[in-house]
Amino acid sequence: MLAVGALVTQRQLIADALLAAKCPIIAEASRQIADPQVRALGTLGGNVANGDPGNDMPAVMMALDAHYRVRGPGGERDIAAREFYQGPFATALAANEILTAIRIPNPAPGHGYAYEKQKRKVGDYATAAAAVILMIAQGKCTAAAVGLTNVAGTPLFAPAAGQALVGTSVDGTAIVAAVREATGIAQPAADGRGPADFRIHVLGVMVERAIRRARERVA
Amino acid sequence: MAKIHLKMTVNGRAVEALAEPRLLLIHFLREELGLTGPHIGCDTSHCGACTVDLNGQSVKSCTMFAVQANGAQILTIEGLADPGGTLHPLQEAFREHHGLQCGFCTPGMITRAYRLLQENPNPSEAEIRMGISGNLCRCTGYQNIAKAIHAAAERMNAAKEAAE
Repeated sequence: MLAVGALVTQRQLIADALLAAKCPIIAEASRQIADPQVRALGTLGGNVANGDPGNDMPAVMMALDAHYRVRGPGGERDIAAREFYQGPFATALAANEILTAIRIPNPAPGHGYAYEKQKRKVGDYATAAAAVILMIAQGKCTAAAVGLTNVAGTPLFAPAAGQALVGTSVDGTAIVAAVREATGIAQPAADGRGPADFRIHVLGVMVERAIRRARERVA
Repeated sequence: MAKIHLKMTVNGRAVEALAEPRLLLIHFLREELGLTGPHIGCDTSHCGACTVDLNGQSVKSCTMFAVQANGAQILTIEGLADPGGTLHPLQEAFREHHGLQCGFCTPGMITRAYRLLQENPNPSEAEIRMGISGNLCRCTGYQNIAKAIHAAAERMNAAKEAAE
């Protein structure tokens, strides 16, 4: 289990040797958040607890099946990232609770990973982004998890997209199926980043790129 | 809200003050300390005009509370020139290479460039541009800013070599 304190900054996540070795998707996502000054102060806890559908780390944490350790007057409890997000800026954190740590089950050695984010400019929130973690053994995918950023009122976990890869060789056909499952649950807002159908299209591209990159990285 | 007693070092001078917990560092610097070099450009933490150097990191002073800077060492644009008035090589380079027009982004830009060059004394153009990606300029298109930073780096490295 990797436990990261809520106040660890993005900059610290990028610099950490243990995370680079055991869970490199975190630094890959951190590098794509905002800019150097914001990364110097911005924390992992803030990024996962804020509830902004544009925050990047929730999709990563969902793909990792992380749990958030939370403390209140009644004591401590763990909330699954996959169950934490309820609406824009609305989470399962009670008004009298604080997030103290993010707990991540050790990803299997040799896992494939990628966080692909499309944005209008450096530092922007995602037009669409996808986090992928997968395992391949003897040429077949044995596990896959896909998280989606900024394509709905909350970050999304896409279980059907992951399932579409399991048991396959992560070939073109499987990727097309995974992309269809992911884009099928996306309901992005139309905003300065584009109309909804454009953002769904970009999401499909990000999911495909993330799957391909994750597959390449499997050791 | 009860005020909190703060002590910090700003541009080499010890500072003591009382501040409300909710007071942003940018407001503390500008209004309590009279350091109006750092600017407020956006209210959204995008523009970087408020950038200061805090405990060896570039930070946006609009995105932290003054109380979070208790005990800190802070450098603002006002602290870059030497006490005798000689401009820092970055300030000189921005002047020579026309790295500003209206000047509104400039204090934050130079303060950020200062830390960038401390961490990476010989940045490529791409590294300069990524390094200042937290600082927006509406006037220049960044071309001369990148040139100025590169020129300052060359001059600072030459001076370091000459001293060795």
